[in-house]
Amino acid sequence: MAPRTATAALVTCAALLAATGCSSSFGGDKETQQDTGAKQHLKVLIATSGDAETKAVKEAAAAYEKRSGNKVTVEAAKDMNQQLAQSFAGHRPPDVFYVNSDQFANYAKGGSLYPYGDKVKDADDFAEPLRTAFTYDGKLVCLPKDTSTLALAINTDLWKKAGLTEKDYPTSWDELRKVAGKLTGDGVTGLVTSDEYQRLGVFMKQAGGWITDAKQTKMTADSAKNAEGLGFVRSLLRSGSLKYAKQVDTSWGGEALGKGKAAMTIEGNWLTGGMKLDYPDVPYKVVPLPAGPAGKATLAFSNCWGVAAESAHRSAAVDLVKYLSSGERQLKFAEGFGVMPSRTSALAEYAKQEPDAKAWVDANAYAQGPVTVAGFDKVLSQFNTELQSLRTTDPKKILADLQRNGEQTMAKGD
Amino acid sequence: MPFRTTHRTARHLPRGASSGPRPAPGAAGGDPRTAGSPGAPDAPGGSGPKAAPRTPNTPPAGRRRGEGAWGWLFVSPMVLILGLFLVLPILMALWVSLLDWDGQSNPFTGQAKFVGLDNYRTLLTEDGLDRTLFATSLRNNVYYVALTVPLQTGLALVLALIVNQRLLRARGALRTTFFFPSVTSSIAVSTVFLFLFQGSGAVNTLLSWIGVKGPNWFADSRGVLSTLLGGLGIVDPDHPPGVLADHSFMGLSWYEWLSGPSVAMCTIILLAVWTTSGTFMLIFLAALQDIPRELEEAAAIEGVNRRQMLRHITLPALRPVLFLVLTLGTIATWQVFDQVYVMGQGAPGNTTLTPAFLSYSTAFDDADFGQGAAIAFILLVLILLITALQRWALRERGPRPGRNR
Repeated sequence: MAPRTATAALVTCAALLAATGCSSSFGGDKETQQDTGAKQHLKVLIATSGDAETKAVKEAAAAYEKRSGNKVTVEAAKDMNQQLAQSFAGHRPPDVFYVNSDQFANYAKGGSLYPYGDKVKDADDFAEPLRTAFTYDGKLVCLPKDTSTLALAINTDLWKKAGLTEKDYPTSWDELRKVAGKLTGDGVTGLVTSDEYQRLGVFMKQAGGWITDAKQTKMTADSAKNAEGLGFVRSLLRSGSLKYAKQVDTSWGGEALGKGKAAMTIEGNWLTGGMKLDYPDVPYKVVPLPAGPAGKATLAFSNCWGVAAESAHRSAAVDLVKYLSSGERQLKFAEGFGVMPSRTSALAEYAKQEPDAKAWVDANAYAQGPVTVAGFDKVLSQFNTELQSLRTTDPKKILADLQRNGEQTMAKGD
Repeated sequence: MPFRTTHRTARHLPRGASSGPRPAPGAAGGDPRTAGSPGAPDAPGGSGPKAAPRTPNTPPAGRRRGEGAWGWLFVSPMVLILGLFLVLPILMALWVSLLDWDGQSNPFTGQAKFVGLDNYRTLLTEDGLDRTLFATSLRNNVYYVALTVPLQTGLALVLALIVNQRLLRARGALRTTFFFPSVTSSIAVSTVFLFLFQGSGAVNTLLSWIGVKGPNWFADSRGVLSTLLGGLGIVDPDHPPGVLADHSFMGLSWYEWLSGPSVAMCTIILLAVWTTSGTFMLIFLAALQDIPRELEEAAAIEGVNRRQMLRHITLPALRPVLFLVLTLGTIATWQVFDQVYVMGQGAPGNTTLTPAFLSYSTAFDDADFGQGAAIAFILLVLILLITALQRWALRERGPRPGRNR
């Protein structure tokens, strides 16, 4: 009986392998044939922040359809990373899609992104730190969709209650420490922010350090400057005038600010929409982050408009991206869902329209772009995990871990 | 109160009756204290009733062959379906686990680099972030399994014994109530738990009524063991004793291995026990009602009390089902994913990270599908080993001739 069973199993396996081998689910690996027709059909996949964003992108796509004669379908992803990964593996990617800065390097390294930076004549108009972030192998791969920066948001009611005036808005670490201490008490914490490097990193930058060098080819985490920045955060945590959002039962700084649990928070320009929606009656003011020993610094975030290397409509896709990232469109997006234009020229216009956002607009001048190194998602999430216990851990140990993990991942990527 | 009311007559029999001619209750036979065979035809490790010796005169070979061909024909649809949707994907995943594949090419054409066992080596032997994360996830899951499986099995058994009592009023209502958590979607239950266990949530409010200040459940990464011992003044959680802090295994110090599940993990354990015990209660209940009444009558004639009845009749008869429940529980707990995905995604402090979730995030967030697949296979091997161990531990024992293998 045994040999027969084995034969049957072998035959079955062979049949199955043949069946999948002949199927076309994994397509060929040739250069994709380009469509040169006049009326092309472009597919756009976005990771939307909400209905407002979906609507704004769909409107822009409709306007482009009228102008160019191409057809554009916009789809909002439910799980962007997974959907993109599947479509790349199946060789049927959307033509144009959002690329998260966390994933940018992974996709660029895998050759899934069509680098179209050299086809955009006025690429210099886009904010420099973001262009650096979306450059891979010396080539600008994709254009930043928009930009967001961090600033200090202050609950003005609590500010007045603590006997502080507009003159007391902190401009240095010492002043920040002082006002945070004064504001703390009676169920209010001076400063509340998220326990991640995407917020606390501003202090590293203000002390003159950062996670990598400017070209993102070397880890510079293990430095005295970074330790000084995190040391300052730690001292605030220990004094109780700085708390993480989770410690006060909120999910982010904006919620803590709106609920009156925080007098100050470090957040980006998405705060405006959140406050308008959930806490319209809470008065707040946004001021620049205080300067550290090495001067002013903040962080900038963005997604970019990726064009698939395997798209059959690459030139039309680039044309669409050029339209979507034009100054005029960026201002409409800004109006639609509260992001800032990533073009310097459009940013000036935006500053005029939104005087309240001045602190965020001005911050673009000295902002650090996101870290975009292949495989760094886990390195940075491990860093965030260790930052959760910064109060009881030596910053030097956290930074040494980050240095080691980052170096290992960089070495693996080469 | 007797377990079953039909024991009336039996209870009046004198004690010595057991040594006399037995009432021979059906096929049960034998001393009830070693009863195992009637209720356990499919006992793990056993070969079933020994009453099926191979017939010496097999039919002619030709007829057998014909039967075999027809047999294969009849099972072929199922073999094909299983092969296409189960065996083949598993083999493909096994292949992927030997590649350095970023998910952006065809893994079956040689575009992705073949790296042999490198993915497994990174996870198991090479010092680095990958191994630390994997070891952390293993530690978390070991605590999760070690607490969840006994608790849910015990609770399920107790609930089943309660609702199996004939004299209990409103048995139907109770059965429904106990089973209810199992019917609810685990994502929905997880979300509700998130609200209940907030720092200022319902649970902490309840605790404050009795003067206890509850922790901030889902933000508390302290291990309960080290916190408990710290509270008793045996160890100082901030400065662990030298021996434990200086030695490490797979990149985690002994202290980190031994500090116990975090408060956040305990909440997930609580949730798992609460949601799954209903299902297992149902399985136990079915088995309890399957125990031959004659067996219990015979035991009653022996004059056993309720504890002895449970210890020597009910539990042995439940052994195969106990094995089933333990196995199902172990497999499910090693694969825990949805609760972790909803409640923590590894936070706080990586203490709710589990291999299943790590496999997912390695593949989809770090575009390292090879390593994600490797984690899945290590998990598979682990589950197989543990199941084999359980099978061995719960095998049928006893000096009965012909039974010891």
